[in-house]
Amino acid sequence: MIAGFEEPDSGRVEIAGLDVSGLAPYDREVNTVFQDYALFPHMSVAENIAYGLEVAKVPKGERRERVSGALEMVRLSDHDDRKPSELSGGQRQRVALARAIVNRPRVLLLDEPLGALDLKLREQMQVELKQIQSEVDITFVYVTHDQDEALTMSDRVAVFNKGKIEQVSLPRDLYEHPVNEFVADFVGISNALDRDGKRFTIRPEKIRLFESGESTEGLDTESGRISEIAYVGMVTRISVALDSGGAIQLARQNIEAESSSHNEAINDQVVVGWRPDHVVPIQSQIPNESSEEKSS
Amino acid sequence: MAAEATVPAPRRSAGKRLADLFQGRPRLTVAALLAAPLGWLVIGYLGSLGVMLVASFWHLNELSGEVQQGFTFDNYTQLFTGDVYRTIALRTVGIAAAVTVTDAILAFPIAFFMAKVAKPSMRSLLVVAVLLPLWSSYLVKVGAWRLMLSQDGAINWALEPFGLHGPGFGTTAVWLVMAYIWLPYMIIPIYAGMERIPDSVLNASEDLGAKPLRTFRKVILPLTFPAVVAGSIFTFSLTLGDYITPANVGTKQFIGNLVYSNFVSNLPLAAAITTTPIAVMVIYLLVARRFGAFEHV
Repeated sequence: MIAGFEEPDSGRVEIAGLDVSGLAPYDREVNTVFQDYALFPHMSVAENIAYGLEVAKVPKGERRERVSGALEMVRLSDHDDRKPSELSGGQRQRVALARAIVNRPRVLLLDEPLGALDLKLREQMQVELKQIQSEVDITFVYVTHDQDEALTMSDRVAVFNKGKIEQVSLPRDLYEHPVNEFVADFVGISNALDRDGKRFTIRPEKIRLFESGESTEGLDTESGRISEIAYVGMVTRISVALDSGGAIQLARQNIEAESSSHNEAINDQVVVGWRPDHVVPIQSQIPNESSEEKSS
Repeated sequence: MAAEATVPAPRRSAGKRLADLFQGRPRLTVAALLAAPLGWLVIGYLGSLGVMLVASFWHLNELSGEVQQGFTFDNYTQLFTGDVYRTIALRTVGIAAAVTVTDAILAFPIAFFMAKVAKPSMRSLLVVAVLLPLWSSYLVKVGAWRLMLSQDGAINWALEPFGLHGPGFGTTAVWLVMAYIWLPYMIIPIYAGMERIPDSVLNASEDLGAKPLRTFRKVILPLTFPAVVAGSIFTFSLTLGDYITPANVGTKQFIGNLVYSNFVSNLPLAAAITTTPIAVMVIYLLVARRFGAFEHV
């Protein structure tokens, strides 16, 4: 809708105060980095990047300058005459980015741009994208299904559920103060509990596991039985079935080199506690499959 | 004390033993797979081509009318020096080129609609519709056109109210009929080529500011060029060798007619004439390769 490939049923799309709702994609100051990159397979990297400038009738000299500038920005200067088929996934992604940015659009739309890359490369590209964004100072509208990516990359995150926006806020607020159960559950692990007719949620890293005799002063506590323990490197995830009903998952930092200091086992009776101000009341809602979007 | 149990070797079926034979022997597998089709191609195709080429150097005993298996360039000399042959050869190549261009122009919008606009259900229906004419005999179609083109045929009947007149029998009619008959051979490759272009690539062109015409020129056309060449090989070579359509709706001779008329009376000359379209096709393919039509994009 922002790029103009679909028409809104109602409402308007405005870019910098200009209503572009009725405009065709080629008449909008929006460029897109497509999910599958959509590079032109018959053109070289440089020709791909120059395409938009050629269309805009940018003079040849300036065109060459801007293309080489864009190539430099995505660190592909020595690949300018390669065909897309000769590039790796990460390189193709960068060409797609350069091809869009070189036109200096008002809005850059990124449709799950890192979805096809493996985790390591994805994290590296996230950093690069953030740097490039601050360099070119263009609004990035970034669509992703990766919650961590959304939180990492964004200035502002909008969570969509079936085409409807559930919440728009800063990444921190989104995580710490989700407005409803859908958002709470979608962004992280929600641990929703019903107590006294009220529903609330606590993030797993804010829950502590207490050994007998430890002081739990000033904390809300509940007792339960460990149902699952998973060691995942940075943290250990422990699921606890609570005696008063419901279940929570907590994450404990593996600060000690060995887990010898903690020797709890499945079915152990334990006490869990959290600070009252970490309790987030939420509206009950049935979680649905959804997509997430953020802008930066 | 444990009794020593002997495990009997499992009995293998014939199929399993055959499978074992090929297991881990890729060369043998390939050989077994390709022996029959390859043999067929070598004997049936290259063999007959070779025999024809050899026969083109034989000659006819003028008195007895029998084929003499000596070596002579007479047939080729006759071809290259006779004005008649040259005219016919040029006419044939000309009509083949005209048919190819016509079919390409007609096929493009149809293929585009099929590949990029039509819904999947509609698409399969259209593929069937395009292929449908191939289910009926070639002769029937030429016969139908012969009826339509005749003096009191459907075309004249339809044009009469406008004060117009159909082309009648002749070279124009040959062009029309050939273009009709070979059209599916152009549509299908272009359709397949267009279907391979991801929609996102076309969207990307539009997103970068290109209006539809530029997207067509700069993206669709170059990406479907190999498919157009593939289709044109069909339309061009099929037109080049055809003799039934010219014989039925034409008034002039084409290479195919020459071959046909000499087939019984002068086989060596017919063989020599046949090398002309083959040579033209070889040149055509070389030129196409020159333009990168066979490059993998």
